[in-house]
Amino acid sequence: MVKLDRICREANVMLIFARSYGLTGLVRISVKEHAVIESKPDHFLDDLRLNNPWPELRGFAEAIDLNVQDPVAHKHIPYVVILVKMADEWIKSHGGSLPSTREEKREFKELLKARMVAMDEDNYKEAIDASFKVFAPRGISSDLQQIIIDSCAEVASNSSDFWVMVAALKEFIANEGGGEAPLEGSIPDMTSSTEHYVNLQKIYQAKSEADFLVIEKRVRNILKKIGRDPNSIPKATIKSFCKNARKLKVCRYRLIEDEYNNPSLPELQKYLTDEDYSIAVGFYILLRAVDRYAANFNSFPGQFDGGMDEDISRLKTTAVGLLNDFGCNGLTLTEDLINEMCRFGAAELHAVAAFIGGIASQEVIKLITKQFVPMSGTYVFNGIDHKSQLLSLY
Amino acid sequence: MADAAPPSKSRDLDKLLLRPGNLVGPSFEPGVQLRDDLQEYAKVLVVGAGGLGCELLKDLALSGFKNLEVIDMDRIEVTNLNRQFLFRLEDVGKPKAEVAAKRVMERVSGVNIVPHFCRIEDKDIEFYSDFNIIALGLDSIEARSYINAVACSFLEYDSDDNPREETMKPMVDGGTEGFKGHARVIVPGVTPCFECTIWLFPPQVKFPLCTLAETPRNAAHCIEYAHLIKWDEVHSGKAFDPDNPDHMKWVYDEAVKRAELFGIQGVTYSLTQGVVKNIIPAIASTNAIISAACALETLKIASGCSKTLSNYLTYNGVEGLHTKVTEFVKDKDCLVCGPGVLVELDTTVTLQKFIDMLEEHPKLLMSKASITYRGKNLYMQAPPVLEEMTRSNLSLPLYDLMDKVPKDILHVTGTINKDNKKSSGLRKLRVIFKGIDGVTDMDMAGGA
Repeated sequence: MVKLDRICREANVMLIFARSYGLTGLVRISVKEHAVIESKPDHFLDDLRLNNPWPELRGFAEAIDLNVQDPVAHKHIPYVVILVKMADEWIKSHGGSLPSTREEKREFKELLKARMVAMDEDNYKEAIDASFKVFAPRGISSDLQQIIIDSCAEVASNSSDFWVMVAALKEFIANEGGGEAPLEGSIPDMTSSTEHYVNLQKIYQAKSEADFLVIEKRVRNILKKIGRDPNSIPKATIKSFCKNARKLKVCRYRLIEDEYNNPSLPELQKYLTDEDYSIAVGFYILLRAVDRYAANFNSFPGQFDGGMDEDISRLKTTAVGLLNDFGCNGLTLTEDLINEMCRFGAAELHAVAAFIGGIASQEVIKLITKQFVPMSGTYVFNGIDHKSQLLSLY
Repeated sequence: MADAAPPSKSRDLDKLLLRPGNLVGPSFEPGVQLRDDLQEYAKVLVVGAGGLGCELLKDLALSGFKNLEVIDMDRIEVTNLNRQFLFRLEDVGKPKAEVAAKRVMERVSGVNIVPHFCRIEDKDIEFYSDFNIIALGLDSIEARSYINAVACSFLEYDSDDNPREETMKPMVDGGTEGFKGHARVIVPGVTPCFECTIWLFPPQVKFPLCTLAETPRNAAHCIEYAHLIKWDEVHSGKAFDPDNPDHMKWVYDEAVKRAELFGIQGVTYSLTQGVVKNIIPAIASTNAIISAACALETLKIASGCSKTLSNYLTYNGVEGLHTKVTEFVKDKDCLVCGPGVLVELDTTVTLQKFIDMLEEHPKLLMSKASITYRGKNLYMQAPPVLEEMTRSNLSLPLYDLMDKVPKDILHVTGTINKDNKKSSGLRKLRVIFKGIDGVTDMDMAGGA
């Protein structure tokens, strides 16, 4: 495994290990760096900028009168408009800041409630539910912050397209963005008249487009600066990058060799003493142990019928030696688990192989399509009670 | 002295079945007998021959099971081919169950798979009682509910209200949706059944009528307007059939018109199908993972070669990889896997009167009920032949039809009318006849 890993890493070939052994197995990706633009997370907050509206959004909100007499119109004002206006009112009467203490947030919600003229005004209910978006801190997430301060963001002629765009993003955030990433541009559904909603959509789309054009310009300038053809990154790629800027992910994986020589001790210790996951991490250790065993004795423990007792005792010695090498002196694996590993005798069960294969193939698809976030760490399968675990051993 | 015997085909499986262990199931008896029994006597039913079903059949056939049956009412469609790997282009139009069975038998020697091209409701309860384990690869709540009721109907309780082990019919249920999935083990009487945990399912997204009718904002609203409102206005009386391409095209055209009217973008034919059919894209890898987990559990339950999943595994592969095991607890008042809905009757009540009562019974709300007692059809609503044969029982006292026992279990199938929804269902009833000698207060202690 170590040798193959080195070769692939040299040649920049993505490698994924999948192993099926009795009722256990593992999956481990080994890639130097994998950047994901289209991470498509399950739940991600929309980009409404209620805590930091730009002039056109403000203007749109200003032009709408919350105190309109017609009850139908009153309950079809979208909550975005309500919140932008109410937030502005608050700022004016609170020395330029948004609600920050618990008391203030509660007060803000009361102000919203007070504006309801009937019980069935869904738009106001939505505004109250969404008011947390007004209180949210401005600026970018810590995840994105980590990416833009990464050393790879200092680009040179051999930098990948991704990092070139990150460099442009960094500049944008520090300048035109005013601390914010480019606007995503879409808005969630909300109670509203069709007219208001469609117009609101256009406002968001326009800003998103404007932000994109700025970033595109910066990308082309950076490309020129590092000696590359300024048009070498397609418009569509930059557009997708902007839309997904808040959700970028960079995955890096240590060499197998490094994991083998220096696994994260705290991680191992944490799970070896965990009621639920000690089996999974026990299997991880034993999978390494059986390899060492095979190197010493030319077969896997329990591979052949007969001599089981001797195999068990040899495997135990090997496992203890391995744990000592990790510096986990004093931590042990249960006798039952060691026996079980010998019982497996390196058998490959179809159902287990199918499960592991399914997991590995899913990760391959993510890596190749560069969509969705691949798993980080080493996945250890526990087919006894399915309490499998993803170990971050680096 | 080694002889030239060919290596056993089940060399790898043998290690788990022939060798004793310490982390095994409670009644595990390792040995050649176990392996042979698994092949000769173990019967597993796979419900569904689609994304999960194909994988399940393959996995089970390659895990030492030789007697499998599969039931699926659908025919193969082109859109199935990206993951229902047992099917090829030339199979489009053929019954899934039949093609799946044939293909697996071609590839795995010694396995026998009996296909059933029909609805699960078309089989009577006796059919299901034949199997040791039922593995589910279904895609709807209703179907799961039905099979769950069937499996739980076999469950009997003793006089101390403890479930009797020999009447437990284990099920393994898998489900997938995009990158997410679950695998669970249901042992009626021990683990929660499907109904016990029905609250796990989030309610379906329904748009408010006023949004569809007056203030649509996005493409989905326009599509649902055409599908749910405009269709009935124009085609009153004719049911909308989502599998009819002409119907779907009509909905799409109307949705486009509405979208244009309101200045809304994004209506496409593909989105129309997705919204109307509530389609969530399926991926082969998730199906492979979940089915593999289910097949593994089936093997463990049948052989005892290891402990089993207890009792619900969730899988999420969107961001990285997350699996989690939750041990849900059985609802002791469950109408389906509990001791049965208690019904007290006079010995004079006729079968007809009893059937009428079921409609009003607050815990049942069942109309058009068919009644079976210990495998005997007391009254069947359909097919006409059986209806005619059993019609004469309607005027007889139920007490007589039940061989004059003071109390016993009855199974009723019919249409359940709950929350304005109709679904076919099966329920277990504990019938107690009032005033019969031998029925003491203690027997009634369980209560419904």
